[in-house]
Amino acid sequence: MTTMTIAKAINEGLRATLAANPKALLMGEDIGPLGGVYRVTDGLIGEFGPDRVVDTPLAESGIIGTAIGLALRGYSPVCEIQFDGFVFPGFNQITTQLAKMHARSNGNLTVPVVIRIPYGGGIGSVEHHSESPEALFAHTAGVRIITPSNPHDAYWMIQQAVECQDPVIVFEPKRRYWLKGEVDVAGPGPSADPFKAHVLREGTDATIVAYGPLVPVALAAANAAEEDGRSVEVIDLRSISPIDFDTVTASVQKTGRLIVAHEAPTFGGIGGEIAARISERAFHSLEAPVIRVGGFHMPYPVAKVEEDYLPDIDRILEALDRALSY
Amino acid sequence: MGTHLPSTEFDGTAVDDQREADAEAVMGDPTAQMVQLLGPDGKLGTDPLFSDYADKLTPEALRGLYADMAAIRRFDIEATALQRQGQLALWVPLTGQEAAQIGSGRASQPQDYIFPTYREHGVALTRNVDLAELLRQFRGVSNGGWNPRETNFHLYTLVLAAQTLHAVGYAMGIQRDQKLAGTGGNEPDAAVIAYFGDGASSEGDVHESMVFASSYNAPVVFFCQNNHWAISVPTNVQTRVPLSNRAKGYGFPGIRVDGNDVIAVHAVTEWALEHARQGKGPVLIEAFTYRVGAHTTADDPTKYRHSDEEDAWRAKDPLSRLEKYLRAEALADDAFFAKVKADGDELAAYVRRTAHDLENPDIRQAFANVYAEAHPLVAEELAWFEEYAAGFAGEEETAAQAAKAGH
Repeated sequence: MTTMTIAKAINEGLRATLAANPKALLMGEDIGPLGGVYRVTDGLIGEFGPDRVVDTPLAESGIIGTAIGLALRGYSPVCEIQFDGFVFPGFNQITTQLAKMHARSNGNLTVPVVIRIPYGGGIGSVEHHSESPEALFAHTAGVRIITPSNPHDAYWMIQQAVECQDPVIVFEPKRRYWLKGEVDVAGPGPSADPFKAHVLREGTDATIVAYGPLVPVALAAANAAEEDGRSVEVIDLRSISPIDFDTVTASVQKTGRLIVAHEAPTFGGIGGEIAARISERAFHSLEAPVIRVGGFHMPYPVAKVEEDYLPDIDRILEALDRALSY
Repeated sequence: MGTHLPSTEFDGTAVDDQREADAEAVMGDPTAQMVQLLGPDGKLGTDPLFSDYADKLTPEALRGLYADMAAIRRFDIEATALQRQGQLALWVPLTGQEAAQIGSGRASQPQDYIFPTYREHGVALTRNVDLAELLRQFRGVSNGGWNPRETNFHLYTLVLAAQTLHAVGYAMGIQRDQKLAGTGGNEPDAAVIAYFGDGASSEGDVHESMVFASSYNAPVVFFCQNNHWAISVPTNVQTRVPLSNRAKGYGFPGIRVDGNDVIAVHAVTEWALEHARQGKGPVLIEAFTYRVGAHTTADDPTKYRHSDEEDAWRAKDPLSRLEKYLRAEALADDAFFAKVKADGDELAAYVRRTAHDLENPDIRQAFANVYAEAHPLVAEELAWFEEYAAGFAGEEETAAQAAKAGH
């Protein structure tokens, strides 16, 4: 076991991937000598050279589009998109090309491209630097989406994403980049399957599903509720596409109440999808409607009011109170 | 070479003069800035650089270029007919662009990789794609009817210019393969061709692909067929300078070639591919040609252009000028042209027969190809569909029996 931050864990995971797989390479803006704006690729260009840690022109469609071409030639590119809000110039390449290439070719072609996107708010930044666009990609068949919430998952998930033959988007919780935790570099252990949800905390009264940056918030809310005598189960979803509905269903069948929390706006979001599926799968177990806690239907607001926008412990506890009042 | 117009000098009146000259060159008669070897009169001219490449074409190769162009034109007629008869949902005709496609495709080598847009049926022929398979997409039984791994001819891309970036990335992969193989590599050097059109040249992906290609000196040839019309919009809405001039801004050679001159297209493309394979970086070729027919079978060119423009381009037909040359030089006789016609009819019959026989796919294949690895949601939805479909099993039988009984 080694203690490191999420940023360092991704850095080490990328280092392990580059060392093990000669066809793996990193592409992105400022990922070379600078090591990326969050230093996630720090030091890698020195170890692996500019052909494998590629500082690209400032063009997101170009990054994704050339990564597709490299994948068609047998490479495993890992693209860094500098900030969530800057993925949209590459949206066309992701949704019309990357996601559809395997299906279009009747299974003859695979494009194992990984796209790393730092996402979410809470960093007091300017417009386009705090968004959570995961639902836009989850709606697109052909890509997979995972998001680590702790250093151990971060270390293994980035390597598992590269090994996967499908395109994988890794949403990295940027405000947790400096969150420290234990990493077992000897093996993934219970994190062997990146598409499986983890029950982080057992409970009997209600279930909170969260992912990425809100996992620590959900855990804190559950701990606070415990002081009021509530027993709350917390699930780290880990994978946004596919979603491990089996784990969520089993939990709801036990607790009867479900709260889904994410930073992204609730309308048309992942929480709505989970609510719909769980109401189909566990209707008779539900004691209350599934309650979503998330962002509002507005462009991500300015930094000085983001505290009012982002779900926090109290917002989750309020949702918990409502669920328990039924 | 006369391949570039002089740079615009921002010194007053010269700017206006340059704009006028550029505007003329975009749509007008561009001979002064264009590589042409075989003119519409069937006479072979010379070029200080490209004649050496043209001279390498043997009489047999020249006859082959003619036969290919004739075959693909015949195929185009047959596919258009199949659409009119309801056998295809849509067809994208190439007539008029045979020389641009056959000339460039025949200049490529097997190890090269081709990224077409969606009108490159002629290039497909040169890469040995089964032309009947090419119809799958237009019949609605597949979104990509052939396996690119077998021919190094990628699937058609319908989102304009997206493939130009794939081409550059593929070329970046070739560069890395060469380094991984070291000096002992015995793979032949390869290059990539990215096809696109005058309309797609306005897409941001073309710009980004040229920036990436230039920055990394990638072995890619950008082959722009300027066929003068992006559906109903003429080229001068896409550009105010000859498209080949744009290469200068990216720092690599740009050549405008007579796209109806198969000999010049072949020579220029062969040169460009050599240039790329030798590690000298990208080249932009603008093949100056014309879409004689409609954009697709759903289009009506009479609404946006005059027939005298079409007639003027028919006079520059790529097949008739090569026929004139072959006959004048006694390189082909009546028997050859009769054989070409018979072969074309045979190809058309084969395509017609095969198109009729293309079986409708099963939606289970669509479920199977969403992801390369197992996916629980796809599996769940497939299981639901199977159960749902099984519920109709008895009814189908009853309906079939009723039909048999004549009810």
